[in-house]
Amino acid sequence: MRHTHMNRRDFLKCAGAVATLPLTTVELAFADADRNFTFAYISDAHIQHIQGTKFVRNWDRGLIRAVAETNLLNPRPDFVVFGGDLAQLGKKEELDHGAEMLSKLNYKMYGVLGEHDYYLDLGEYWSKLYGPHYYSWDHKGVHFITLNSILTYDKWTFERWPSAEQRMNEMAGLDNPNGSPFMVGETQRAWLKKDLAKISQDTPVVLFSHSPIQKIYKGWNFWTEDAEDVQAMLESYKDVTVVYGHVHQIQYNQIGNISFHAVMATAWPWPYPQSYAQAESHLPKLTVPMNRANPFHERDATGWQFIDVNSGRIAMHYNLSDNTNRTVKYNPDIGKPEDSFYQAASRQVAPQQHY
Amino acid sequence: MKRMLTVSLLVCVLVALGAGLVLQRTSRADEFTEQDAERWQKEFMVVAQKGRELWVSPKLGTNQVSCAQCHPNGANTHPETYPKFQKQLGRVIGLRDMINWCIMNPMEGKPLKLNDPNMVAIEAYLAYERRGVPLAPGKH
Ligand code: HEC
Ligand SMILES: [Fe+2]
Ligand SMILES: [Fe+2]
Repeated sequence: MRHTHMNRRDFLKCAGAVATLPLTTVELAFADADRNFTFAYISDAHIQHIQGTKFVRNWDRGLIRAVAETNLLNPRPDFVVFGGDLAQLGKKEELDHGAEMLSKLNYKMYGVLGEHDYYLDLGEYWSKLYGPHYYSWDHKGVHFITLNSILTYDKWTFERWPSAEQRMNEMAGLDNPNGSPFMVGETQRAWLKKDLAKISQDTPVVLFSHSPIQKIYKGWNFWTEDAEDVQAMLESYKDVTVVYGHVHQIQYNQIGNISFHAVMATAWPWPYPQSYAQAESHLPKLTVPMNRANPFHERDATGWQFIDVNSGRIAMHYNLSDNTNRTVKYNPDIGKPEDSFYQAASRQVAPQQHY
Repeated sequence: MKRMLTVSLLVCVLVALGAGLVLQRTSRADEFTEQDAERWQKEFMVVAQKGRELWVSPKLGTNQVSCAQCHPNGANTHPETYPKFQKQLGRVIGLRDMINWCIMNPMEGKPLKLNDPNMVAIEAYLAYERRGVPLAPGKH
């Protein structure tokens, strides 16, 4: 453990039992203290069916562990978000198996739709389990929005493929040149406009999407085609945060007033796009990468997060099963998120060099 | 003595001539045409393409998982760094050993023979995706 102080998760790791340490010592920025709260974020479980009652053991273990650890949080998070890609190929078996594991959570759960949940039956079965594909709600003064950001061009979805299975398979391959860029689309953008019109400019907004609402690397769909349009709608609000999954790695960024935070997968980590020698990527300069994974440790570079909400902004705590935990927190003095320990170049370590 | 030398020289010349005749009918060791080079590159690409097909298929393992699931475009395989020391194995290993390691562990499959055509195809695909990157043997 590098940090001199222990945070709750490090304590959990050592104790392996229910932790009773107090919440992080964040300044109480809302005048009303019970407007400071936490929630947990689990994402990208990729539950994968083999045959019969068999599923890929490695991915199962990742989700089971995240759920068990989240249940130990004390104080209790107000809710949990599952960030998408519960299934690998959108199959009912996979969604059911994943949903059963998630049902062990002792908290209310909000679902985000990932492309792996969607492209077999266009999210029909997922909806039976978790409801609408996009929605919003208010919680302790914060306006939360969930978008389905993994739609694509209608032609690709409805005309190109002879079967739903093939459509799913084509979208499931991250590096498949037959894939198609993600987008929020006109219908949801119109809905978002109306939804945002209901709140005041100083209401903190936290938006959940599966794909980044920014453009990082198109070749692997670390990308949302209409990102700028969505960003423009959020521009005039004072505090806006976007939390996204899909990339299976630590990323964070600031564009205008919008802070971006990515979350880890419970299943497996992905290389940073700059590791692909033939491509150009736009990984935010701000991001200090997660450590390169050690494949001999099955859970390395996977994990889950808990999130402190204060000042209308967030502090993202990454719980990394086989590595030092990290916290990326909005710093109001510089107006962007930063790693609480590794941000300065002099603090960075060799495994954070990706090539 | 002198005669023996002459005879052996003669033999040498005849042998060389004979060999030359045979060679001329096929090709000279130091000569190839642009068409040859093109054909050889094509042969390589056929094998690299076969490697790509294996990369995205579950055939190498037993749990439906493919290499591409964790290594899009072969990223994070760093073929240019092999052979190198793997601390978990405690010795210097070749790229093919590491390919087998990933087949046996995340993919729960059987290792390939080191000269299996599928092994060569995977190696060809990884090298192709990594083209242009300088060799960095031993680098971690
Ligand atoms: C569950 C995810 C996963 C799967 C599936 C997987 N690997 Fe890996 N592999 C990793 C990780 C993680 C690393 C470490 C990456 C790094 O060094 O940054 C790795 C490392 C490697 C390396 C060595 C990289 C280096 O820097 O030395 C090779 C070669 C490799 N994998 C080949 C394969 C092949 C071939 C397959 C398919 C048979 C495969 N992998 C499947 C996760 C996976
Ligand atoms: Fe994912
Ligand atoms: Fe995804």
